[in-house]
Amino acid sequence: MSAREEILRRIDGIVPARPAADVAADYARIDRDYARRHHADGVLDLFADRVAHYRATVLRAAEAELPRVVAERLAARPGTHGAPGDLPDAWLAEVTSGLVRDPAVADLDGLAGAVTGCAAAIAETGTIVLDHGPGQGTRALSLVPDYHLIIVRAAQVAPDVPEALERLDPSRPLTMVSGPSATSDIELSRVEGVHGPRTLEVVIAE
Amino acid sequence: MPAFPDAAREAVADTRLRGNLAHATGTIRERRAAAVAELDDWDALRESGKQIKDHVLANLGHYLRRLEEKVTEAGGTVHWARDAAEANRIVADLVKATGESEVVKVKSMATQETGLNEALAEEGIAAYETDLAELIVQLGHDRPSHILVPAIHRNRSDIRDIFRREMPDAPEGLTDAPADLAEAARRHLRAKFLSAKVAVSGVNFAVADTGTLVVLESEGNGRMCLTLPETLISVMGVEKIVPSMRDLEVFLQLLPRSSTAERMNPYTSTWTGVHPGDGPRDFHLVLLDNGRTETLADEVGRQALRCIRCSACLNVCPVYERAGGHAYGSPYPGPIGAILSPQIRGIGSDVDASLPYASSLCGACFEACPVAIDIPEVLVHLRARAVEDGPRHPVERAAMTAAGWTLRSPARLALAQRLASASRRIVAPRGRIRRLPGPLNAWTETRDAPAPPAESFRAWWARTDGGRTEPRAPEDGTDDGTDGRTEEGQ
Repeated sequence: MSAREEILRRIDGIVPARPAADVAADYARIDRDYARRHHADGVLDLFADRVAHYRATVLRAAEAELPRVVAERLAARPGTHGAPGDLPDAWLAEVTSGLVRDPAVADLDGLAGAVTGCAAAIAETGTIVLDHGPGQGTRALSLVPDYHLIIVRAAQVAPDVPEALERLDPSRPLTMVSGPSATSDIELSRVEGVHGPRTLEVVIAE
Repeated sequence: MPAFPDAAREAVADTRLRGNLAHATGTIRERRAAAVAELDDWDALRESGKQIKDHVLANLGHYLRRLEEKVTEAGGTVHWARDAAEANRIVADLVKATGESEVVKVKSMATQETGLNEALAEEGIAAYETDLAELIVQLGHDRPSHILVPAIHRNRSDIRDIFRREMPDAPEGLTDAPADLAEAARRHLRAKFLSAKVAVSGVNFAVADTGTLVVLESEGNGRMCLTLPETLISVMGVEKIVPSMRDLEVFLQLLPRSSTAERMNPYTSTWTGVHPGDGPRDFHLVLLDNGRTETLADEVGRQALRCIRCSACLNVCPVYERAGGHAYGSPYPGPIGAILSPQIRGIGSDVDASLPYASSLCGACFEACPVAIDIPEVLVHLRARAVEDGPRHPVERAAMTAAGWTLRSPARLALAQRLASASRRIVAPRGRIRRLPGPLNAWTETRDAPAPPAESFRAWWARTDGGRTEPRAPEDGTDDGTDGRTEEGQ
């Protein structure tokens, strides 16, 4: 008997398999009395506060100011930055420092940083979600360089975890980012900066 | 592995270890309480988490088949392993098939449980732990002592010493500042990440409906392992399933606040099979039983399979705080380990038979558990099983059998009580027993036992008609010392 057959036979002997419709009906009866959101308003302020709490830098800018703000942030970190090929040109229009679109994975470690958009954000937890779709590049782009600048559009910010997950496509790879890389491994105290980007900057475009 | 009391005795005598543990668990306890208090619907989230996990366990065959189907559809390959040896064999063969002799690893409890690193080493494959704490443990030739923070027994200066001694590329003049230690680990592992062809990971959650795997982490080493290598092999216990993506809204709130006391951990990655042009080209999922179906068969004990490995129960446990993780003789220490290890391994060894007793039953673990595992209930249940099936305690078993025989008959009970009362002047002339005989002397090592009363409650009730015919005791309550507690007895 294969391992698969044997394990499933054991399980079926303990908790017998039932028709899928019965399982689905039971699943639908699970109590979900928790809140869909914890804060009624002030979502953007909450998001900015919560991201900053992780010791990330948070900037807020009108959509029209975005090119200037992005150019300033990148100029403050000398070197070449990577960006997804489909990041809106307008966002990068004023960048004068080195910029490479869709860099090869082998080149990422030599970059000063990366600039990307995102798919959604969660105010309550100060989380930004990348689904590596338009404007976000591959997972490696926003991981290997030591600096990550993320542009979050105000409409992308969901108030809380349940609403954010509803907006996401589970078939895409998702990366949820809550502050810079950190560890609690030394004496259970949080220290920023291990393997991922040690500096995280977030621009909220309103 | 020595039984818990023997291992704990040594650990408790280590004042440095106790200091490190008290500092770390004390820090996290306060922060966790604050993170949990922030959500006014915590109890509702906890109840939903519990119900989702129970629902999965009650329909495990259904969800495993569905997960397999969806992972396969998405381009992954599913393997099944009855036990640790089979899981290790599968992983070793998969690594060999790539022609590689090195793998990078994300911290994984499942592979800790199967002893994968040692099994791979025997096959000539080097496994590099990339989580900072696992790296500290691996470089220190040590064992993990905490689920979340495997090197919790080490303080910053211990870690600096290990890095200076064992890390060939440790920077000159490395200090014990946590930021410097983290920087040293970053430099040490960067080249490994960039060149690794194969990675091994665990899994926090597997979504049956979509075949999506989820890993929560903090450092970015998880993201490195999950996305840079060409081949990814993930090992998960069969109980790690949630039915749908929607359920993550519950667990992504419960887990980070319970484990690191954060609103959200820095990085959570999900992947569904392979994603062309981004990440591994080859994905394998190993579904591990290794005692989980035996645990499922125990209707009281099965709730241990709800565990999401947050380690909140360790951080609040007075026994863990003093004894440390190594005393539990398992990758799963603390209260959850005390109920998980004897169930998945069976109560066949001294350490596993002793683990259900490694608790004061204070209940702090149950309070802290985000999926409401009633750990004290399972501990008591397993104590009964340990007496029945365990390798030790033959005297306890005999005593319990005799007690059962006595208690089943009122006449035998009355006789036993009269005999006990009669013995009191012989065994405890001053109302206290300083040392009990035979194996019972463990009880009196650190305390006296009260002598049996001069008259049993049942005898007193019969003689006085429940106190109705007994003259009222004087108000000042002259104590005749029958309870043995008012006499000086030192």
